[in-house]
Amino acid sequence: MSEAVAEPTLSRKDFVSDQDVRWCPGCGDYAILAQMQRVLPELGIARENIAFISGIGCSSRFPYYMNTYGIHSIHGRAPTLATGLKVARPDLSVWVVTGDGDGLSIGGNHLIHCIRRNLDINILLFNNRIYGLTKGQYSPTSLQGHKTKSSPMGSVEQSFNPISIAIGAEATFVARTADRNTKHQAEILKRAAAHKGTSFVEIYQNCNIYNDGAWFHVTEGEGKEENALYLEHGKPLLFGKEKNRGISLNGWTPEVVEMGNGVKEEDLLHHDESLDSSALAYLLSRMDHPDYPVPMGVFRSVDRPTYEAQVMDQGRLAREQRGEGNLAALYHNADTWTVA
Amino acid sequence: MAESPAVSAVEEQVKIEELDSVTIRFAGDSGDGSQLIGGQFANTSAIVGNDISTLPDYPAEIRAPAGTLPGVSGFQVKIANEEIHTPGDSPLVLVAMNPAALKVNLSDLPLGGIVIVNTDTFTKSNLRKAGYTESPLDDESLNSYRVCRIPLTSLHKNALEGLEGLSNRQIDMMKNMFALGLVYWIFDRPLDPTIRMLESKFGSRPEVLEGNLRTMKAGYHYGETTEEFQFRYKVSRAPVLPGTYRAITGAQATALGFVTAAHKGGQTLFYGSYPITPASAVLEELAALKNFDVRTFQAEDEIAAIGATIGAAFGGAMAATGTSGPGVALKSEAINLALALELPLVVANFQRGGPSTGLPTKAEQSDLLQVMFGRNGDSPIPVIAAATPSDCFHMAIEAFRIAIESMTPVFLLADGYLVSSAEPWSIPDPDTIEPIVVKHETNPDGFLPYSRDPESLKRPWALPGTKGLEHRIGGLAKQDGTGNVSYDPQDHEHMTHIYAEKIARIADRIPEQDILGEESGELLIVGWGSTYGAIQTAVRQAQKLGKPVSSIHIRYINPFPRNLEDILGRFEKIIVPEMNTGQLTFMLNGRFQCGAVAFPKVQGLVFKISEITDKIDEVLG
Repeated sequence: MSEAVAEPTLSRKDFVSDQDVRWCPGCGDYAILAQMQRVLPELGIARENIAFISGIGCSSRFPYYMNTYGIHSIHGRAPTLATGLKVARPDLSVWVVTGDGDGLSIGGNHLIHCIRRNLDINILLFNNRIYGLTKGQYSPTSLQGHKTKSSPMGSVEQSFNPISIAIGAEATFVARTADRNTKHQAEILKRAAAHKGTSFVEIYQNCNIYNDGAWFHVTEGEGKEENALYLEHGKPLLFGKEKNRGISLNGWTPEVVEMGNGVKEEDLLHHDESLDSSALAYLLSRMDHPDYPVPMGVFRSVDRPTYEAQVMDQGRLAREQRGEGNLAALYHNADTWTVA
Repeated sequence: MAESPAVSAVEEQVKIEELDSVTIRFAGDSGDGSQLIGGQFANTSAIVGNDISTLPDYPAEIRAPAGTLPGVSGFQVKIANEEIHTPGDSPLVLVAMNPAALKVNLSDLPLGGIVIVNTDTFTKSNLRKAGYTESPLDDESLNSYRVCRIPLTSLHKNALEGLEGLSNRQIDMMKNMFALGLVYWIFDRPLDPTIRMLESKFGSRPEVLEGNLRTMKAGYHYGETTEEFQFRYKVSRAPVLPGTYRAITGAQATALGFVTAAHKGGQTLFYGSYPITPASAVLEELAALKNFDVRTFQAEDEIAAIGATIGAAFGGAMAATGTSGPGVALKSEAINLALALELPLVVANFQRGGPSTGLPTKAEQSDLLQVMFGRNGDSPIPVIAAATPSDCFHMAIEAFRIAIESMTPVFLLADGYLVSSAEPWSIPDPDTIEPIVVKHETNPDGFLPYSRDPESLKRPWALPGTKGLEHRIGGLAKQDGTGNVSYDPQDHEHMTHIYAEKIARIADRIPEQDILGEESGELLIVGWGSTYGAIQTAVRQAQKLGKPVSSIHIRYINPFPRNLEDILGRFEKIIVPEMNTGQLTFMLNGRFQCGAVAFPKVQGLVFKISEITDKIDEVLG
């Protein structure tokens, strides 16, 4: 007689690897790592079925610190490895950890194609608007005018908006959170994990060495409430500590309005993350500090068949139509002739 | 070898002359269907028992302007009553569907060769496009050839008279079947195999089927009834080993080899690839085999193709990617990652002419040093090379066997010629092919991701999903055993030697090098890859004449076979014909100081038998 042994419940420390974490003291990556390790036990996924794949950069050291399966690959290519892994092994929970340089510069092409294919994987893009590992050059998300070691007179480049790019790449799940907002971050990570399809999460992450304070307007003190707008599905776009300001639409342009004086909640734009059209999500993605509050949370969450599910379906269909592959029959599938 | 027959006497009934072998080239506009009728002629000849070898010649442009020289596409077929290894040095018969096809191909014909031209296409405009100021049919430029002037388009249209429901375009596309019918008559071939093909292809479109059949038969009967043809030829069966055969191209053989390897290893086959000439054919072959648990991935670029292949290998698939030289250049960083991760996968490089975009539709062997050394760091990777189209099957399986036995990426080399050239393949019984032993680590006790098998030095293949074996691997320098990131100088040097030694030890498991001819002597011809056919034929012919020449064809290039140095040391002179400026020669001399001399050819074309023969004669004096 055998007795079923219940799997012991996993805890945060089950996901902590034996490697010393080597990020700079005070780096925002620590908070993200800690949240990830806290969230994973709640997902009900066996540790051995989780794989973290990264490229190159500070954020890409992440897999070494996770006691799961993992690959620290090469610069920009993590989405490609994740794609092959997920197609070969749809049963796994696959996470890509990337950064603004890794994901949007050298790996930009892979990122958009991975997103459009909608594999059921999670992509976490740590955005610190700087190249940290190479010691302080401007990145594709650095703001125009940003003075860095490689742009001493200020960057002359238009910066990328990761959320806009993900939406443009036909993402089915797009969200934003910040390293210091641990509760919100945990919530978003759980939503991302639950979504069937590619979940793209931009995480505002502070590089306290080369670009300290890049996100303080939404992560520190009053800014957290006054400069950020926490998106809630079906709810009006309200922000501020007293929820006394909102967003309404004037033609195609969002406007910040003070509540009261005749302005009611029904006059405001209401969030709907499930819309088929990505127009609202894109419009929200264009709102940025200081003209607008910065939207945080889920911009878009829609259902579309995943890449790997369709690959597996085609395999099943082929077997139904043509039978399980038979090598001898395959070899003979041509004009043949026999020499006695 | 009677490739140039004497003109037979004119009799009431045209006499059929017996030839040992004959080479025919079909040529026309890209849209003229030369590939199709050439393939059919080869197939039918194989079915009646000839040995065959074929070579398509595509222009780089898919549809260059009709009638122009760059728009000419060709297909060469050699059929023989004996074993052959090449599609022939020069064609005896040229079927030219327009003036441009005549102009491009005529110089390859021997004097006295047969030229069949479609006179209907020799219009002012077509002549101008082909660069003729005067029609070659009207001046003396074709006097040295036997020219059959056939108003093929008109005859074809007459044959279809009364057949309803065909568009002008459809009618035009069928005229190649008239030419095929005529060539079938000249070479005394049955029509049945092509009739069967047409029936299966156009069964649902009776008017298209009827049109094709009518015009092919009309072409056949035209040969019989007109007095234009005072020659017919026959090539008897070749004495081949008993068995069931089919024609196979290198692309087909590679695809079948990969599928077979995956079945023999009991795993899913993953093939990640980005479209590139001439490798795309393999992606297309494999994409059609989804009922074999083949998962193909058409990537967004070359790097994504190898990246996905690495990811699939990490997940436990038998994973391969296919490309050509420019793609290998893009993939090289990721190939090095696969080396450092020590994951098994195959990178097939179907070489074309380089550098840069080079000659996409032509063949060259100039990526050898690229795959050997074209990566950062000391980064040894096994390299093997297929010798013939059907050998791609065997070597594709070998590539996976080596990859898995040593947990390493492996380069499989072929080229544009092998991909598209076809030869008969004695179809094997899949049960007789050795299994590939795949062992996934499952035991967590003392598990280390970079522990080593004492013999092969391979590390364990531990798959995600295996409880207790969670581990991280990466491209950073590491400590052996644990795989932990380490910048320790001793660790780095140790790992560098491990990578090298692991690959070197593969020599213990691959076959010894075999020799064609005497084991020692005056001259050794050393070849690799698609030069096989020309070298074999030339060396055998020379040996029959008693010349002191032997040859070896190296299929395992890194590591070399363990007896190679010994063989090289037993010959006074070593000549290496290569479709590059001497890359294998460089390797042999660097490794063995054996005094090898390159015999290079870099025209995007394979060697002719006569070129090797002449070289042998020159060296032997």
